[in-house]
Amino acid sequence: MRHPSTLARMIPWAALALVLVALPFIFPSRTALTLMNVIGINAVFALSYNMLLGQTGMLSFGHAVYYGLGGFATIHLIAAIKSMGLPIPAPLTPLMGFMGGMLAGAIIGSFSCRRAGTPFAMISLGVGELIAAAGLMFRGLFGGEEGVSGDRTAGPILLGLKLGGPFQVYWVIAVWFFIAAFAMWAFTRTPLGRLANAVRDNPDRVEFIGFDPQRVRYLVFMISGGFAGLAGGMAALNFEIITPESLSAFPSAAVLISTFIGGVTLFYGPIIGALFLTLMSSMLSDYTQAWQFYVGGVFVLMVMFAPGGFAGMVEKARFKFLYNSWDWILPRLARGAGAAVALGLGAMLLIEIIVRWRFSGRPLRFLGLEFSHQSILAWILALGLVALGLWIVRMIRASGSEELKGSAVR
Amino acid sequence: MVAFVFTLLNGVLYGLLLFMLSSGLTLIFSMMGVLNFAHASFYMLGAYLAYAIGSATGFWVALFLAPVLVGLLGAVVERFGLRKVHENGHVAELLFTFGLAFVIEEIVKLVWGKTPVPFRPPPELAQPLFSLFGATYPAFRVFMMVVAVAMLVGLWLMLKKTRLGLMVQAALTHPHMVGALGHNVPLIFMGVFGVGCALAGLAGVVGGALFVTDPAMALALGPIVFVVVVVGGMGSLAGAFIASLIIGLMQTAAVSVDASIGDFFRLFGVTLAPGGEVARITLAQVAPMLPFLLLILILIFRPRGLMGVREG
Repeated sequence: MRHPSTLARMIPWAALALVLVALPFIFPSRTALTLMNVIGINAVFALSYNMLLGQTGMLSFGHAVYYGLGGFATIHLIAAIKSMGLPIPAPLTPLMGFMGGMLAGAIIGSFSCRRAGTPFAMISLGVGELIAAAGLMFRGLFGGEEGVSGDRTAGPILLGLKLGGPFQVYWVIAVWFFIAAFAMWAFTRTPLGRLANAVRDNPDRVEFIGFDPQRVRYLVFMISGGFAGLAGGMAALNFEIITPESLSAFPSAAVLISTFIGGVTLFYGPIIGALFLTLMSSMLSDYTQAWQFYVGGVFVLMVMFAPGGFAGMVEKARFKFLYNSWDWILPRLARGAGAAVALGLGAMLLIEIIVRWRFSGRPLRFLGLEFSHQSILAWILALGLVALGLWIVRMIRASGSEELKGSAVR
Repeated sequence: MVAFVFTLLNGVLYGLLLFMLSSGLTLIFSMMGVLNFAHASFYMLGAYLAYAIGSATGFWVALFLAPVLVGLLGAVVERFGLRKVHENGHVAELLFTFGLAFVIEEIVKLVWGKTPVPFRPPPELAQPLFSLFGATYPAFRVFMMVVAVAMLVGLWLMLKKTRLGLMVQAALTHPHMVGALGHNVPLIFMGVFGVGCALAGLAGVVGGALFVTDPAMALALGPIVFVVVVVGGMGSLAGAFIASLIIGLMQTAAVSVDASIGDFFRLFGVTLAPGGEVARITLAQVAPMLPFLLLILILIFRPRGLMGVREG
């Protein structure tokens, strides 16, 4: 197999840089800019999480600890710039978050990385709960319920960035996102990054060739904590406030869900996941009360049927397109899309009918039809779509096993 | 004296509740190697189903019906969810149960709302049973202890004294051999998962009526149950029992002691800075952190847990 040259590997990064520069001019509204800033922060957080889950096979239920501690480190620095007049430009403060997250990772990882697999997951959960409880207890450090706030416009100005509104903040977030993503990608190509993959796949063999899997896990854990802290620092800069909520189980669960939905097997997967979850939580929550149920449902279905996430699906489809003719692809694509649309739409209509009935909200209007629980047509349509979807799935399964039999005969 | 006795009683009670959850979790773990993240969600479902059934039929029917329903649901989850995910390894299984916990919480919120539901003990158990040193002890708490102990004894008898229990024990350690002898091992797995969930559901019926039934109850208790399982030693029922009682007593005692960290150091003649933040934190405030501190200490000094076997 021919490997792409270093130059060819840089093409996606150049494209990413171009997209990042173009985005604020394509979507110049304040809402869009604010949303893009949050996506950039969550993408760095998700990428750092995937260093553990996807690349080293460590499932953590408390990654928000490093995100939150990095955020607090940064917000205290931002506050100190104002109160003590430190000559540090605000755009550089997320670096403090990186150091804070890495320090926390070094301390906590020193005992939590002794175990792998399920025990590691449980320890991460316990540590997460512990730090979250401590966050509410030490008011001086974490500011209690209302958190710690700062003013990012104080301090010297770097490159004319006064950080007044979301447009100016966007550039800082975009640059940090690009640097962090590139650094994490470069890390996967270092010897340590490769060893991490080996530890994920077969720790015994890693030990046989003379490396200590525990040590590899610890080092990756520290670096991952650092990047999570950087994301927290970016959040501190963006929101100008960090609350103990950011240390809690909720952001830990969110980063796990978004990373997995995006796809853990490919480097760019978590970016897609962060994009997806951030858009869902900011837009879908306006339309339906059940949005978290949809997110959870998609997550469970992905664990069951598509463990590669969105990125894995894209990659699978790409291979199918590369190695098959159009007359092989088209009927399968049509059937797959038909099943997905019928099942998804039917399930969604059913859930919306029930949820809106339960909460006596306005019934869903879709295609000029009012989907209220009193309308028999609505129930028939929703249930019919689900049945149709299930029927197509059956058909696909049947033809799939036919094909297998055929290939066995040949 | 009165405070001490009541703290002891309540601590044992809380410990027994923890054991009702951790016993099922431990059984499932030692059988399938997967820690069921959604275990506390089945506990919550037990409470909510008992509330829903109980408002139609009364508490006593719900006490039996709700755990059965939760157990059936658990069996369905094992058969159509976990068994499929199993081929992708333990991390996938853990992720699946994590997602399940998330979905169950959302369903509960959508069906019963985000605020607590008025799920109370039945009136015949609401009055005090006995009084001690002039303070009364509610009958429902005693009833809960009876339920927990009955469950414990029943579980022990079933595992140690019946043919079914023999098969389950054999399937824990030698699933392939049991399968080769003609027993349906996947069915045993499904049964154990279902029974484990039913036990959690039963704990939910009594726990929900005693404490509060709201969508946050799973998230509040779940991590503590995991701590119990890890501290007791993964896969050890006896360890889970001891750890449940230790954590139950420890947390209850910490809540009832009105002393701060500064007071503690003063016992040894050390005075912390009087205005300092650390010195003012009371033991009651630290109580929710104690199980997790214990977890970390155990992991540092005895990684296999109290009664666990050494790994590999």
